[in-house]
Amino acid sequence: MSVFFYLAAFIMVTRIAKTFKFSPLRPKWKPMFSTAQLAIALAYPFSEIAGDGISSIIAGGILLYLVYFGLREQDFKPFKPYLEAHYPLIGVAFVYGLTKLILPKFVSEYEEYSLIPIVAAFIYVLGRWAASKKQMEQINIFSQRNAELDRLVAERTAELTNQKEELQATLEQLQATQQQLIQSEKLASLGELTAGIAHEIQNPLNFVNNFSEVSMELIDEMKEELEKGDKEEATAIANDLKDNLSKIIHHGRRADGIVKGMLQHSRASSNVKEPTDINKLADEYFRLAYHGLRAKDKSFNAELETHFGDQLPTVNIVPQDVGRVLLNLFNNAFYAVHQKQKDNSEGYKPTVTVSTIAKDKQVFITVRDNGNGIPEEVKDKIMQPFFTTKPTGEGTGLGLSLSYDIIVKGHNGKIDVKSEENSYTEFTISIPG
Amino acid sequence: MKILVVDDEADVQPLFLQRFRKEIKNHEFEFDFALSGEEALDYMKEKHSEIVLILSDINMPGMSGLELLLRIRHDYEVPPPVVMMITAYGDDENRNQAMSSGANDFLTKPLDFNLLKEKLKELEH
Ligand SMILES: Nc1ncnc2c1ncn2[C@@H]1O[C@H](COP(=O)(O)OP(=O)(O)OP(=O)(O)O)[C@@H](O)[C@H]1O
Ligand SMILES: [Mg+2]
Repeated sequence: MSVFFYLAAFIMVTRIAKTFKFSPLRPKWKPMFSTAQLAIALAYPFSEIAGDGISSIIAGGILLYLVYFGLREQDFKPFKPYLEAHYPLIGVAFVYGLTKLILPKFVSEYEEYSLIPIVAAFIYVLGRWAASKKQMEQINIFSQRNAELDRLVAERTAELTNQKEELQATLEQLQATQQQLIQSEKLASLGELTAGIAHEIQNPLNFVNNFSEVSMELIDEMKEELEKGDKEEATAIANDLKDNLSKIIHHGRRADGIVKGMLQHSRASSNVKEPTDINKLADEYFRLAYHGLRAKDKSFNAELETHFGDQLPTVNIVPQDVGRVLLNLFNNAFYAVHQKQKDNSEGYKPTVTVSTIAKDKQVFITVRDNGNGIPEEVKDKIMQPFFTTKPTGEGTGLGLSLSYDIIVKGHNGKIDVKSEENSYTEFTISIPG
Repeated sequence: MKILVVDDEADVQPLFLQRFRKEIKNHEFEFDFALSGEEALDYMKEKHSEIVLILSDINMPGMSGLELLLRIRHDYEVPPPVVMMITAYGDDENRNQAMSSGANDFLTKPLDFNLLKEKLKELEH
């Protein structure tokens, strides 16, 4: 009768192995299943030699071991009810085997009856299998649904990744456009500058011309004096000539410096910070801005006031960047006073003031104008890119937002605004010294 | 004849001294200089009676030449000094503004010293 027990063990392994056919776990367990099947198939004839009783006990042991093993393994968790269904059969196997050993006569006498519990336990196992199979099917459906969900998730993830990449590309495009805008804003401000620069270069060039001309005259005079024999006067003239030559060199270099400054302004920022004389920088751009506007609009006129703090330390900045900030502040200020001048010409004195001061290890540059001021409801917006109240063509609205980037992000500084409508506007830049 | 030249560019001074070397030597002209409108007013306070002619740049930081002109016209009625304005912007608008503010003449940069010499000589007579 032990054949039932071996059969049950074999069926158990075979069934479980079958359900693993399409599972990713198959490679892991396949060899184990085959070995177990072989072992069970071999164990039966061999143990049968020792007699039905011992064979049944061995079969019970094999079943018990298989159930024990199966319950311990995480991978066989779904088979728990099916495995546990073997307990009665295992019990029957041991009882039957033992009885057969101890009371062999009794058993052979009631051979047919002893078959009943064995077959009953066997059928119970089969019944449980059918039940658990249903369960397994449900689990299968779930796992199919899971797979479907996984697929959906993967699809959506791919979609999102795509979108992210598209957005990234758009962002990069935007950044490139912004870079171009900055460049063209720079060019625009260069255009504003050129007139100022022309004027600024004119001054030193006048000196170069004037001192050259007067030197030619002086040489003639010197000759005359030498012919007259007035050596003293000739020497005096020679000294003047020497001074003149050094002045020609000086003003030549000055023009040179202005041209270089212009080139520097148009070039992409080097981003190199260098110790800079703020007063000189502010003065330079103040004049450039003013003369630039003057050259464009002859009716424009303004008082330029400067209050440069003495003993200002040199400050580590990127000069052409801060220069652009100042240029924009000056242009804004001149624009504001010019607007007001157009409105009420009588008694209004357009004035733009630039002051510098060093305080608490910081350098402050203040640009103040007595123009129309900034309305309260607009004040929050002026630093935003593209915010402008100027007609198209006269302002891009990038000036202050670029200024903000340069001062706050580039130099760890601050830009403060104070303004009263119809009265004044005051921008103060502070940069750590 | 005493002439006050007002310009924020210091090198204007040796330039005038050399251009008018002979005239200065012959004591025809005497030049004094101020680097700003404010300085010019201070100077006028002491020596306005000696000054016959003022030559002033318009575009100067601080007090502009036009403002200086208005102050001079306001403060010194007798004897009114001759005031000539100099500017890099030789447009009509500027000229009119200078003339209506009381300038006697209007010169543009770069200065034509020969023309200026002629004008000054005319004034002597
Ligand atoms: N000094 C000022 N007085 C009055 N309003 C000002 C002043 N400075 C800035 N604003 C206001 O802030 C706005 C933004 O200034 P911003 O410099 O960023 O751009 P913009 O001057 O309009 O154009 P852009 O500088 O690009 O040519 C201006 O349009 C103006 O309304
Ligand atoms: Mg601006």
